[in-house]
Amino acid sequence: MENVTTAEHVAHAEHGHQEHELSFLQTYVFSQDHKVIGIQYAVTAMLFLLFGFTLMALMRWALAFPGAPIPVIGNFLGSANAPGGQMVPEFYNQLGAMHGTIMVFLGVVPLAVGGFGNFVLPLQIGAPDMAFPKLNMFSYWSFFLGGVVMIASFFVPGGAANSGWTSYAPLSVIATDGQTWWLVGMIFLITSSLLGAINFIVTTIQLRAPGLSFMRLPFFVWAQLVTSFLLLLAFPPLEAAGVLQLMDRLADTSFFMPAGLVTTTGEPLPNTGGGSPLLWQHLFWFLAHPEVYVLILPAMGIVSEIIANNTRKPLWGYKLLVYSLIFLGFMSFVVWAHHMFMTGMGTTMSSFFQTTTMIISIPSVIILSALFISLYGGSIRFPVPMLFALAFLPMFGIGGLTGLPLGLSAPDLHFHDTYYVIGHFHYVVAPGTILALFAGIYYWFPKATGRVMNDLLGKIHFWGTFIAMNVVFMPMFIIGLAGVNRRLYDGGLQYAHAQDTMVWTQVSSYGAWALGFFQIFFIFNFFWSIRHGKQVDDNPWKATTLEWQAPSPPPHGNFATPPEVHRGPYEYSVPGAATDFTMQGQASGQDPEPAKV
Amino acid sequence: MEIPYTIAERPDTGLNNVKLGIWLFLASEVMLFGGLFSAYILLRVGATEWPVGSTLLNVPIGTFNTIVLITSSVTMVMAHASLKLDDFRKYKTYMGLTIFLAVLFLCVKGYEYWEKVTHDHLPAQSTYLAIYWTLTGLHGLHIVGGIIVNSYFWGPGSAMWRTKREQFINRVEAAGLYWHFVDLVWIFLFPVLYLL
Repeated sequence: MENVTTAEHVAHAEHGHQEHELSFLQTYVFSQDHKVIGIQYAVTAMLFLLFGFTLMALMRWALAFPGAPIPVIGNFLGSANAPGGQMVPEFYNQLGAMHGTIMVFLGVVPLAVGGFGNFVLPLQIGAPDMAFPKLNMFSYWSFFLGGVVMIASFFVPGGAANSGWTSYAPLSVIATDGQTWWLVGMIFLITSSLLGAINFIVTTIQLRAPGLSFMRLPFFVWAQLVTSFLLLLAFPPLEAAGVLQLMDRLADTSFFMPAGLVTTTGEPLPNTGGGSPLLWQHLFWFLAHPEVYVLILPAMGIVSEIIANNTRKPLWGYKLLVYSLIFLGFMSFVVWAHHMFMTGMGTTMSSFFQTTTMIISIPSVIILSALFISLYGGSIRFPVPMLFALAFLPMFGIGGLTGLPLGLSAPDLHFHDTYYVIGHFHYVVAPGTILALFAGIYYWFPKATGRVMNDLLGKIHFWGTFIAMNVVFMPMFIIGLAGVNRRLYDGGLQYAHAQDTMVWTQVSSYGAWALGFFQIFFIFNFFWSIRHGKQVDDNPWKATTLEWQAPSPPPHGNFATPPEVHRGPYEYSVPGAATDFTMQGQASGQDPEPAKV
Repeated sequence: MEIPYTIAERPDTGLNNVKLGIWLFLASEVMLFGGLFSAYILLRVGATEWPVGSTLLNVPIGTFNTIVLITSSVTMVMAHASLKLDDFRKYKTYMGLTIFLAVLFLCVKGYEYWEKVTHDHLPAQSTYLAIYWTLTGLHGLHIVGGIIVNSYFWGPGSAMWRTKREQFINRVEAAGLYWHFVDLVWIFLFPVLYLL
């Protein structure tokens, strides 16, 4: 691929223009091109990640310096939320609920699935676009509307939702109007996910290039496929639960409301009672546990691609990885109640769910082990994406292993609702998934723009992020083991057992702000490199999968000629081959340059 | 840029994109109503008292509506079959009948709702009525969706018959699959809410 000439680029560009001229709105705003939609998803999601991060940075101030006014920013939060710059507990609750909601539903999932899935998946399977381009556009705009509703909810009377991202009833049913907005926003987001999931599955099954059998799919595609099935089947029960909660809030029904509840003033609630708060938790976690795998599987897919590429070796145990992934997908539907050991649902239920939880850890460990073994004996290159991908492995490892005590009902009695839980799932999602997402951005940036991101800035960003994230989350295990509850807006100031850990809360806060600082390097690098990054050819990483066979950036319709696949996804360092990588589209007995007409 | 297999079947999967897409959509719908039915079971099992549906609801009217909806499924099949047999006029008749029956269903349902409202049998009254209103309401929305789609294929959308015949037949088939699903949900709803 080194000697791709500019003439060929021109040829591709002309091919793209032959089709039909599209207006500016059709090209960049209401686009039906999977690459533009992918970039729209990615950029929107990154903005939401930044916004969600800002909410958390404010919360960290309230935790580290309870009662102290927030410098500068505190003046802009409104007198109801932060009188004199000092955050009120109600506002802290809003920030907590919205941080979780935004990070999960508007940040990580849209970036990992909507962004990377849309941009990379059709390219990797050699398809001209997604199977349903109009539906794809609709998915994005439904997601966008959901985001607008969520942000707007901060400005309704009483502020945004404040019952945690889990919206447990009965608290959420009697909460202020922001909760109704939250539910409406969720319905938009669920619709978006459903349509997206259908599109991904149909695309993967139907639009694979000739010769690309299922066992030749890149692992990233497998991860997206399984993720899409989880989204398809797990989200509707939450939609059902959302409808029921809307009824509880708006029509005074009692799906989740037990009898005999009164307000703080002793007034009886309008709800007749007879409902079950546990029902909400079951319906919610039936989505939200598979959702955890929706967060992590695309990350594993990204990391696998980058590891194979930079070790110049096939992934170790490709089939094992695929089977583990599918098993993981199935099992993720039968572990949800391990979030509910403390609800009194009974020891029989607890035993069942702790057993399934221990079983689901097996495929996770297999995947992680296979990725570690893939490193063995490789002559490893260390470009920025590889640094992030390598960091993902131990970080996800810590996140996963600290989850084991939570999955057993006896130790969970101590850990439940403490900072230990926050530490655990953030290790999975933040130093885990988010590092992998950064890896993906650095890795596929050249495909989207034709330029690589700056190496030095990338390395500063990597080391800063990696260290800061550990400073943020490692102390949470200490705080949690001391038994400090995760929902206290002042970090546990009033509790004797939290006194010794207050210093760790401050350390964690400093880590969070440092983390924010190091993202400046990324943001600058991202925008600067679009115009000024070093120009590279179509396959800068010398990778094997099909997306690197398309021009960078790929034109409308992606490939000049529909690609054909002749081999598996990771033919690196094949003995006797002309180069240390053999592209999937390259017929046997051909020179390294894939066939192009 | 042509997207492959929008009309023709992919040889190794034996499906076209539309058919696979609609089946996946129906799978998610199964999970949606599955979630609601599970909620129904859990609430009913946990309830201290639960009325027998027939004491609150009008069973003959419900039965009539069930027959209306099943008939509309039959006419939907006939509409698709007519297209396969190249008989566009018959398609128009059968599709029109399907839409008419769906509207009739909604009218009857609306009468039932009106009766409930006048007797003050509102969702807040009891958990049974709450789940009745929610399930039938959501099902009603699905009927409305079906009417919109079918009306489009009966009216402006049918222009495709002259230009892209095969694709049009595929689309009507997909609409039909959806319509049968909506029917099927009612066939579960009717005994669960009216009879048990």
